Amino acid sequence: MSELTDAGRVVRVNGPLVEVTGLRDVAALDVVEVGPLRIPAEVVSIRDGRLTAEAFEYTGGLRVGDVATSRHRPLSARLGPGLLGGVFDGLLRPLDVGPTWLGPGALVEPPSVATWPFRPAPLDLGTLLGPGALLGTVSVGGGFEHRVLVPPRGKGTVTWLAEPGTMGEDETVAIVGGHSLHLAEDWPVRRARPVRARLRHFAPLVTGQRVIDLFFPIAHGATAAVPGGFGTGKTMLLQQIVKWADVEVVVFVGCGERGNELADAMADLGALRDPTTGTSLRERTVILANTSNMPVMARVASVYTGMTVAEYFRDMGYRVVVLADSTSRWAEALREFSSRSGELPAEEGYPASLSSSLAAFYERAARVTTLGGKEGSVTLIGAVSPGGGDMTEPVTAQTERYVRCLWSLDRDLAYARHYPAVTWRHSFSLDDATIANWHATQGRTGWVEARARALSLLAEADRLSSVVELVGLGALPARERIVLLTGRLLREGVLQQSALSENDTFCSAAKQSALLDMVLAVHDKCLALVEGGLPASAVEEFDLTIVTRARDETGPDDAEGVDRLRDEVLARIGSQA
Amino acid sequence: MSAVEPTRSGAPSELHIPLEYSGAARVGGPLLAIRGVEGVGWDEIARVRLPSGEVRYGLVLEVSGDVAIVEVLQGTSGVDPDLVTVAFEGRPFDIPVGDGWLGRVWNGMGEPIDGGPPMLARERRAVNGSPLNPSQRDVPSKPVLTGISVIDALATLVRGQKLPVFSSAGLPHLELAAQIAAQANVAGENFKVVVAGMGLTHTDAAAMRQVLETRAASGDLVLVLDTADDPVVQRVLTPRVALTIAEYLAFERDQHVLVVLADVTSYCEALREVSAARGEVPGRRAYPGYLYSDLASLYERCGRIRGRAGSVTLVPVLTMPGGDITHPVPDLTGYITEGQIVLSADLHAQGVYPPVDVLATLSRLMRKGAGEGRTRADHVPLAAQIIASLSRARAARELADLIGAEALTETDRIYLEFEDAFYRDLVNQSSDESRSMEGTLDRAWRVLSVLPERELTMMPAASIAAYYHGALPKGTRRTNAPLGDHASTPAAPGESHG
Repeated sequence: MSELTDAGRVVRVNGPLVEVTGLRDVAALDVVEVGPLRIPAEVVSIRDGRLTAEAFEYTGGLRVGDVATSRHRPLSARLGPGLLGGVFDGLLRPLDVGPTWLGPGALVEPPSVATWPFRPAPLDLGTLLGPGALLGTVSVGGGFEHRVLVPPRGKGTVTWLAEPGTMGEDETVAIVGGHSLHLAEDWPVRRARPVRARLRHFAPLVTGQRVIDLFFPIAHGATAAVPGGFGTGKTMLLQQIVKWADVEVVVFVGCGERGNELADAMADLGALRDPTTGTSLRERTVILANTSNMPVMARVASVYTGMTVAEYFRDMGYRVVVLADSTSRWAEALREFSSRSGELPAEEGYPASLSSSLAAFYERAARVTTLGGKEGSVTLIGAVSPGGGDMTEPVTAQTERYVRCLWSLDRDLAYARHYPAVTWRHSFSLDDATIANWHATQGRTGWVEARARALSLLAEADRLSSVVELVGLGALPARERIVLLTGRLLREGVLQQSALSENDTFCSAAKQSALLDMVLAVHDKCLALVEGGLPASAVEEFDLTIVTRARDETGPDDAEGVDRLRDEVLARIGSQA
Repeated sequence: MSAVEPTRSGAPSELHIPLEYSGAARVGGPLLAIRGVEGVGWDEIARVRLPSGEVRYGLVLEVSGDVAIVEVLQGTSGVDPDLVTVAFEGRPFDIPVGDGWLGRVWNGMGEPIDGGPPMLARERRAVNGSPLNPSQRDVPSKPVLTGISVIDALATLVRGQKLPVFSSAGLPHLELAAQIAAQANVAGENFKVVVAGMGLTHTDAAAMRQVLETRAASGDLVLVLDTADDPVVQRVLTPRVALTIAEYLAFERDQHVLVVLADVTSYCEALREVSAARGEVPGRRAYPGYLYSDLASLYERCGRIRGRAGSVTLVPVLTMPGGDITHPVPDLTGYITEGQIVLSADLHAQGVYPPVDVLATLSRLMRKGAGEGRTRADHVPLAAQIIASLSRARAARELADLIGAEALTETDRIYLEFEDAFYRDLVNQSSDESRSMEGTLDRAWRVLSVLPERELTMMPAASIAAYYHGALPKGTRRTNAPLGDHASTPAAPGESHG
């Protein structure tokens, strides 16, 4: 075997799989750069001095004998104030300053020339600081306070602190324990950033989408999976959450999805204003775009990179949501990678490690006490694209086991233009009790009961409609016919929500409850009427369009408006009877 | 001379002198293994020379030590391992780009098959292309009009969109694809069409050429034809050749380009065959695990770029084996594309052309291409109303099948009438009939007017006032609005858009 040096040689190229010999001091998962374009590649195995690496870019033209050098560190993300409002690829290289066509070597981590106004924290020199301690703040776009902290592995006495002023990423903000700390820090993306403690879930992450907030709510720090075949409106639902989630920071990981959709989402976010700060929603969003035609290996990295960015903001004491669209494309990239490196395939060709990879990824979401003692959270919502709509395929089946919420999208609902097409039959939320308690503390004591009644009415209506298909509506007793009617009102008046309507695209918790109460009140009234002897067919002829249109005809937070409409419709039913 | 005759212009900056190696260590399937090579790059093009003087082209699949594995595009039949010579060109598979492709017919590798001269140009582009930076994409907008009512009215094709046609064997999808390619236009702006036939039978290829004759003669069309008996490796290149031509015309020549790819299923079969020959681990239904990424590398080449005038719009046509929409080819396609046009065997059996299953059909970007200033202000709610009403009609039809039509309510019976009118007066059209947008919307309103006004819950009152004809009592027929071609019907006052 030849001598090991700092410059190894490529000995084999098969697509993204590159083998290198003669390189010393390389650890597994370190990044090496190969060929004249210095294409980054991740070392996946080392045997007898022969490294096997997976390139993050197209390797066309790479030859046996080309030079390989080591970066001597694993794949890392540069975390700093330039993240919010930016668009990056899976390795966190900025796309908005990149060229139109992304050939190999087109994207580089440019020397950052941007500067930010730094304001030091009121610290006395000589203070002992631990990891996560506040060093100062940077005001970035939209008045967001970017907090500069002692990194997770740093600690010691602060001997120097920068004066207020503008500075670049690589400038020293403080000297702590003898080490210069910069405005930006690097963190290996595959490693979760440490926290002081994981906390129990407590408050809901309000999405403004009724089917989620009312029926399958998600807590801050929890996880959700959104499985859905194509055409079921998965991306639309995720984009709604990007827009309306009550968090300070959104990380959107477009993982192997459509380029046009990303362009659309970026335009949308740029046009929408944050209701609390008045700035564009783009300013609170970090977009990682690795569209389906971009290199596959960077897709594997993109979900880890996205998670790392989210944890970085969480450590500042913020609430963050990560949306990964789609985790199936990520899993497919894992499969491609493992099959090329000759691993034994398990189910459907996926590696046997799929389950543990998914678990490790979802477990990075949490509500925590940060190292600095603040409360922060990362909530993770992953889209799943089951091949052929088959919910038993490995990625869907394995994901379901690790998430707190499942929002299943249903093709029949989507075909009937029932959006969002989240089915109440195969969805769940394991945090419903926690969130019921939270609603009770907010004075909405009826929340839990109303939700339970609505879910059971929906289930009963489903069962009855399959009976009706066999025997016809006329054969049902009056009470059952009212249940069917209420099922329709719940679907059209509460569950369906128009993302395109100004009044309906977001719905506050109070309006959600009001809409649900209205439908239940109408149900009770109609039931009382048929029990009083009115034929069900007469009740079915009532004009109840007020109920189905209330969501669209009252403002996003206008619970009183809904209550007024409820009184109106109840009075009308009274007079029609 | 072939179209892929190498030139120096695309070569790397260092001077590359192709070395010729004689003899192959192994021949099998489409693959050759060449020993003793030096300085050969992955995915570069190789020229394989047979003793007869015949030249074939190959791609480097793997380099390992001094061995290069070459995949020969035209296959290895007749290759004697001892007598073959291979030269490596030091560049990826590329084609010349320019206007010279227009008005001509080419094979899957870009060689002329119409008796004309080969394509020659100084500029060349690698057929694999490069990913478009997603942050430089512009959102698709404005329609591509196909002149086909059911598509224009209910699943409007938008410039920069990818909208596939899902079909099954025996349905007229190629006829529909040819009709779209022949009729599509962007209301007077620069427009070109690139059609790539993949694995077509000679009969289908001939029919396609015939339908597209007029458009080809006007110099607005490029026809790339790979027939079912061409080597499979070439089929893998065919759509890439077509898309490379289209990208150039769109983004460097400011044209709106429509690309029609038919049949993508044949392409995927070819990909599977090549993958098996390479000994790769198979995924679902033995298609390679990277089928999704590979299809995306084709489909994602459509779009618009900020600051450039042109656009690439893509209509892939595919047959669902056994009519199964969950088969990997339609399934993965559906995950990438922005909607789908689904053809139905039932409608075909009833004699409806084009047999589009409207409830399964969707153009996700329709709102970006239809409406005020694009088609007409009433277009989007009109389409939504028709689809919702068809959905209701279908439910009524199913109920009638179960319990008898006499058990239906009066309203449900009107819905059944509406459904009949919909297929008769809006969907059905002949394969050489091109309808204007106005004519199509006019027909849509006539169909919708079968329903009583109270049923039009999705229509704004202003549109109803402007276009609704009102339902007539049962059994009478409107006489003042004859059915037929209404392309020339004047628009309603104050509502005139292209």
